[in-house]
Amino acid sequence: MAVVEVRELSKRFDGVAAVDGIDLASTDGEFLVLLGPSGCGKTTLLRMIGGLEPPTDGDILIGGRVVTNLPPRARQIAMVFQSYALYPHMTVYNNIAFPLKAAKLPKAEQTRRVAWAAGILGIEGFLDRKPRQLSGGQRQRVALARALVREPTVFLLDEPLSNLDAQRRASARDELQGFQRRVGTTTIYVTHDQVEAMGMGDRIAVMEQGRIRQVGTPHEIYDEPADTFVATFLGSPPMNLIPDAASGELLGFRPEHFIPWEAGMGNDWVRFPYHVHRTEYLGAERLLYGEVGEAKAVARFPANSDINTEIGSTTDYAVRRNDLKRFHPETGLRLDRPTNGRQP
Amino acid sequence: MTETARRLQEDDKTTRRQVGATLASPAVAMPGPNAPVWDDAANERERRQARIRQVATRGVLYVTATFFALFAALPFAWMILTVFKQNTDLYDPNRNPVLFNDPPTLGNITFLFERTEYATFARNTLVVAVLVVLVTLIGAVPAAYSLSRLAGRWGEGLGIAIFLVYLVPPTLLFIPLSRVVADLGLRNTWWAMVLVYPTFTIPFCTWLLMGFFKSIPRDIEEQAMIDGYSRLGAIWRTVLPVSVPGLLTVVVFSFALTMHEFVYALAFVTSSHQKTISIGVTTELIRGDVFFWQSLMAAAAIVAIPIALLYNLFLDRFIAGFTLGAVKG
Ligand SMILES: Nc1ncnc2c1ncn2[C@@H]1O[C@H](COP(=O)(O)OP(=O)(O)OP(=O)(O)O)[C@@H](O)[C@H]1O
Ligand SMILES: [Mg+2]
Repeated sequence: MAVVEVRELSKRFDGVAAVDGIDLASTDGEFLVLLGPSGCGKTTLLRMIGGLEPPTDGDILIGGRVVTNLPPRARQIAMVFQSYALYPHMTVYNNIAFPLKAAKLPKAEQTRRVAWAAGILGIEGFLDRKPRQLSGGQRQRVALARALVREPTVFLLDEPLSNLDAQRRASARDELQGFQRRVGTTTIYVTHDQVEAMGMGDRIAVMEQGRIRQVGTPHEIYDEPADTFVATFLGSPPMNLIPDAASGELLGFRPEHFIPWEAGMGNDWVRFPYHVHRTEYLGAERLLYGEVGEAKAVARFPANSDINTEIGSTTDYAVRRNDLKRFHPETGLRLDRPTNGRQP
Repeated sequence: MTETARRLQEDDKTTRRQVGATLASPAVAMPGPNAPVWDDAANERERRQARIRQVATRGVLYVTATFFALFAALPFAWMILTVFKQNTDLYDPNRNPVLFNDPPTLGNITFLFERTEYATFARNTLVVAVLVVLVTLIGAVPAAYSLSRLAGRWGEGLGIAIFLVYLVPPTLLFIPLSRVVADLGLRNTWWAMVLVYPTFTIPFCTWLLMGFFKSIPRDIEEQAMIDGYSRLGAIWRTVLPVSVPGLLTVVVFSFALTMHEFVYALAFVTSSHQKTISIGVTTELIRGDVFFWQSLMAAAAIVAIPIALLYNLFLDRFIAGFTLGAVKG
């Protein structure tokens, strides 16, 4: 187990920065999620930590040791690729034993460890099969077993669930997190799926265009976004952003905090005139689409709530003052938060 | 009752049992549109028709395949037939050419081994071919690997350029190459061929292997590096084992190219005991306008049969090798 840290880490491809001066440190045994839109540099960052991509600038530390220029094999890490990268010509057993062979462990020890890893992931039944004879979920577990078997200091996982169908993904998410909790190995997990990130991460690092926008617990990221990017990247539908004529700032609030104004709502509520022009019924919840002034705004209710706003009408809606976040209209940075959520 | 029919009936029973179970459960009250019809006669008729259609398709397939097999085998059969014929039988136009009118003889084969240096030719061919295969592998594997992993258009372009070299005809190239061979003091030895043949096997095989290596995901190699090997170690343990079909194709292909190469062999080697089969047989068994037909055929058959067997052994992988190279190259 170890802490992973990157300092001022950059990677440029043909002069274009894929990773742009990132500072980030995990804590020991943490499940750290890298979340961001496609092409923001998540994979590149992970590959640099794994030693597969030489950084253009900056340093990588694993367990306090600078490993920037060490080859992957000297880093004591395990990585699971999006494709699982199982060795197609080897049986499941040999796939899992592969890192042990590389470490020149005695045969008996290899057998013991493979049995142990296969047991944890429930794949003892098909150790003799070739990867192509396995389902997607089974392949994923073989890849995890192979990562686990040498008891690495760090797990690097690059969208390991993206090849699974939606149902299988939910249970795999559960298994993966349970598994990480059991072995307690520091894990860096890349995804562009916010549900995965929110559900699994101890902390989430939100990335955009090679930079980290915010690092924090799922609560912090969702409730106290550091800027408008984070605010609108998380949540579906995302946070509403309404320009405030008085201050010139952007006011942000979550759709679920946007409810009809009632007499008796006191001073801690802020009132907006809301023009609704469409409604969507999604089974568990209902969405209203409309505008506050010129800006689009969405309201969200449980499907069984008895809100009765007519389409085409303009009514007063309100947000609790505490749920209003203020952002700078140009930089998008959060104004009402002392730290701005950025890592030093 | 045939085996298939029995199995079909059994299947039918299982279906019925399952449908019964479904019907019993309250969740599904109505049989769907796909519910089986309990008309055994209609079922039987349908089954028989399907069976007839299947047999007909098979029949057409076999007839066509047989025709092409015979067509392809004909020259080979003719060759074998000729090997065992006596002169009088072969050259008399009034005799039935596909029958042995005189008793078959082994004389043509013994002539080959006793009166010519056929054994030496065969040995030279084998030695040259094995050495050429080795040189080709040593040259083409690293070249193809680095070219296929080169980023951008460069690798592709270079690969194609290398392949173009293969297309320059030996009838032109032997002129400059003869200087090289002479300067290296290899004139009139089979070492000249070991030197020269890789000039066409390596380009072709490099191009072939490039297609192969490109189809192998980088992930596997990188995973092997993460798992504790150096890049070379990773290539050795992942890329090479996975490209065995490609490597086999390269081996068989450069072997075959070497065996039937003629121009260079003719240009660089003159003394009998340095010759390979392709050139030795044609120069020693055609004397002026006298063709030793039976021995020529015997010489060809003796090398063709082992090669044919070898090809057959690896046929599946060989085809995989070529199609893969073709698609991804
Ligand atoms: N080998 C490379 N050569 C050139 N550009 C690259 C290379 N690898 C990545 N890039 C570029 O770097 C940027 C970041 O890529 P990266 O693969 O890290 O994104 P990502 O966040 O993992 O995206 P995704 O969610 O789609 O996997 C992209 O713009 C990509 O085009
Ligand atoms: Mg990626």
